[in-house]
Amino acid sequence: MKHLLSAADLDRSEAIEILDTAAQMAATQSREIKKLPTLRGRTVVNLFFEDSTRTRISFETAAKRLSADVINFSAKGSSVSKGESLKDTALTLQAMGADAVVIRHQSSGAPHTLAYAGWTSGAVINAGDGTHQHPTQALLDAFTIRRHLVGDSGRADVAGRDLAGLHVAIVGDVLHSRVARSNVQLLHTLGARVTLVAPPTLVPVGVGSWGADVSYHLDEVLTEGRPDAVMMLRVQRERMSMAGGGFFPSPLEYTRGYGLDARRLAALPDHTIVMHPGPMNRGLEISADAADSPRAVIVEQVSNGVAVRMAVLYLLLAGETTNMKAVGE
Amino acid sequence: MTTTKYLLRAVAPLGGERVDVLIADGVVAAIGADAGTLAGSDATVVESAGLVLLPGLVDLHTHLREPGREDAETVLSGTRAAALGGFTAVHAMANTTPVQDSAGVVEQVWRLGRDAGWVDVHPVGAVSVGLAGEHLAELGAMAGSAAHVRVFSDDGKCVHDPVLMRRALEYVKAFGGVVAQHAQEPRLTENAQMHEGVVSGEIGLAGWPSVAEEAIIARDVLLAEHVGSRLHVCHVSTAGSVEIVRSAKSRGIDVTAEVTPHHLALTDELARGYDPVFKVNPPLRTAADVEAVRTGLADGTIDIVATDHAPHPREDKDSEWSAAAFGMTGLETALSVVQEAMVDTGRMTWADVARVLSSTPAAIGQVSDQGRPIAVGEPANLTLVDPAARWVVVPHEQATASDNSPFGGREMHGRVVATFLRGRATVLDGLAQDDADGSRRAAGRTETH
Ligand SMILES: [Zn+2]
Repeated sequence: MKHLLSAADLDRSEAIEILDTAAQMAATQSREIKKLPTLRGRTVVNLFFEDSTRTRISFETAAKRLSADVINFSAKGSSVSKGESLKDTALTLQAMGADAVVIRHQSSGAPHTLAYAGWTSGAVINAGDGTHQHPTQALLDAFTIRRHLVGDSGRADVAGRDLAGLHVAIVGDVLHSRVARSNVQLLHTLGARVTLVAPPTLVPVGVGSWGADVSYHLDEVLTEGRPDAVMMLRVQRERMSMAGGGFFPSPLEYTRGYGLDARRLAALPDHTIVMHPGPMNRGLEISADAADSPRAVIVEQVSNGVAVRMAVLYLLLAGETTNMKAVGE
Repeated sequence: MTTTKYLLRAVAPLGGERVDVLIADGVVAAIGADAGTLAGSDATVVESAGLVLLPGLVDLHTHLREPGREDAETVLSGTRAAALGGFTAVHAMANTTPVQDSAGVVEQVWRLGRDAGWVDVHPVGAVSVGLAGEHLAELGAMAGSAAHVRVFSDDGKCVHDPVLMRRALEYVKAFGGVVAQHAQEPRLTENAQMHEGVVSGEIGLAGWPSVAEEAIIARDVLLAEHVGSRLHVCHVSTAGSVEIVRSAKSRGIDVTAEVTPHHLALTDELARGYDPVFKVNPPLRTAADVEAVRTGLADGTIDIVATDHAPHPREDKDSEWSAAAFGMTGLETALSVVQEAMVDTGRMTWADVARVLSSTPAAIGQVSDQGRPIAVGEPANLTLVDPAARWVVVPHEQATASDNSPFGGREMHGRVVATFLRGRATVLDGLAQDDADGSRRAAGRTETH
C-alpha cells in the first residue's frame, strides 16, 4: 500500500496492523517526551481545500511527534479558490519534495485523482473527500471501539484482535457522510455488524449493497438491537433548507426521531459506548446529557486520532524500509 | 474538387452479395457487371473484397464547438474527424457561443461547414433564446435561412418548462421541424455527477437518477400526442426510457429516439476510478440499462445512433471529477462501437446499421440527399468499412482536436476504409484526404491486425 485513500483499501490484517501500531504509538504518548525520531527529514504536507482545523491539527501533531517537517497548505481562501487547479497545486507540492500529502477536499475522489494522475510521487493520505471517505476517522473509531469493547474492557492486551461479534449503530446523515461510508467498510472488514439508522431521505440509493442493516427507527435499534457502540453523525443544519424543502421537516423533528438524549441513553446496555466524529451539534443530533455522559468516548476519539495518524504516517513513510511489507505493496 | 472515378471491386453493399460499384460524377454510376466496363482505364480501383459498403453516415447530434470554443474543436477539425469516422453529414448542436439561436449564427456555422468540405454540416437551431429556456428563439427565421434548419434543440439543457416545450412542438409544425429534447429534469439533477445507484452511493458522487430522464420523456411524448407534433428524444440512456418510448410508439405517437455509442458500450462502474473521461451527460448507466438500449435499438424502439460527440480541451478534464466537464468524443469510434455491440453480437445486420446510422437520422433531420439507398443514380455519399480490422484508440492521435475519448487504449472492431462525399473521397485507405498541404494522417489508430 502506497497510499491510504479508502477504508476499502485495507484488508483485515492491514487494518489490524495499523491498529496495533497505533496502540504502540499511543503508549509512547503517555511518556514525558512524546517525540519520536522516526520521520526526521521527511516532509508531510497538509493540503486542505476545505476547512477542518481539528483534522489538520490532528495530522500535524501526528507528523510532528514523528519528527517530520510539516507544511500546512490551506488551499481555501488562497490561490486555489481563485482558480488554481488541484493539478497545479500538486505539482507545486511535488517540487517542494513532499513525501506525503494529507489531503482534505470537498470533491469525492480528489485524493484518488491526486494519487493516480501522476502529479505527485508522494504517499497520499485521504483526510476526507466530499461524501466519499475519511479512512483515518474509521481507523480511530475502530481503535476506540477495540480499546473499550474487546478483551477485558480495555485492560487486556488486544493486539492482533478484530471487532468480531460487536454491533455498531451509525445514526444520522448517512447520505452525505464520508465517516459512515468509511466506517461501514472498515467495521465490516473487522468483523463487526453495522446498523445504519436515518430518516429515509438521508439513506443513499444503493445502500443494499453495503452489507449493513438499515433502520428508520432509532428507538427500536437501541432497545432491540442492543448495540455495543452508538456512533452519532454530524447533521449539517444548512443541508436541511436545501432543494426540495430539505431532507427533514425541522431540526426539532429530527431530534425527536434521531437525536441521542438522556432518555435514549438510559435505554442502552450498560457497556455501550457513545461516539461522535465531531464537531457536535449539541441539541440536534446529540444532547449535552449524552455528549458529556461517562459512556461518551468523544474526547478520547480525538486523542486516539493522533495515535492512529502517527501509525498511518509511520507505516506509509518509515515502512518503506522496515515495515512496509506488512502493510502490503 | 476532384472528379476521380472510383471502382469498388467486389464490395458488399449493406453486407450483402459482392458486386462492383462505380462512383463517377458524384453519383453511383453503375453497380454490377457494367461497373467495370464503364470505369474505363482512369478509375481508381479500390479492392474491396471483404469490405462492406454503407450509405454515408449521418450524425444527428454533434458538438462542433465553433463559434466560441475553438480550443475544444473547430468546424474544420470536427468535420474532418467525422469524415474519418465514416460520416458524410453531421448536425451541429446549438450550444455554441454565441448560441445558434438566430439565422445569422446558424448560417455562419453552415458556411464554415461548407468551406471545410469534409461533411455536410446542418446546424441545429436553439429552441429558446440563449438556451435560457424562457422565450422561443426565432425558429422560423432559422428554418428559412440558408442553413435550412429543421432540427431544434436546447441540448445540454432540457426544455423543462412544459409550456415552452408545448409551444415549440406546435410552432415547428409550420415548417416540418422537429424538437430534439435533452431529457433531464433539472431539479432532480442539481449538482448531479453520475448515475444514481449502487456505485454513486459507494463512491460518494451526487446521483443523476434515471427518473429525471424518464419523467421528461413521459411528459414530452404526451405533449407531442396532444399537439400532434414530432418529438425526437436525444441520448436515451435508461431501461425505463426505452419502455416509455416503446409504449408511446405503440400508441401511435410521433416520437423518435437516439442512443449514443457510449451508452451502448459503457457502464457507471467506470466511475470508480474517478477518471473524468467517463463523466458524461446523461451519465453512463448500469449493465441492465446497456442491455435495454441495445434491445431497444435492435427492435426499432430506438431509431438511431447519434454520437453526442462532445470535445473538451484537456484542462476541462484534467481535474478532480466534480470540477470536470461533461462529455466524450465519439465521431471516430461510433461505427466501431456499433459493430461490436450490435453486429458482431448478431443483434443487427449491416442493413440495420445503415438504417440507424444513415437513412433514419437523415429522415429525422430531413436531409434529402443523405441516407439514400445504394442504387444507380443516387448521390455517392458512401462509407466503406472493413469489419475484420482491429485497431486501438489513441486519443491524442485522433483527428478531433480534443482527447476525451472514453475508448482510449481499447481495441475496436471494424475500421472506416473510405468515405465518399458526393463522389469525392474524403477518406481513402483510412486516411483523411487533405488537399492543400497533403498532410495525411491516420485517425488516432494503431493497427493491431
Ligand atoms: Zn444532451
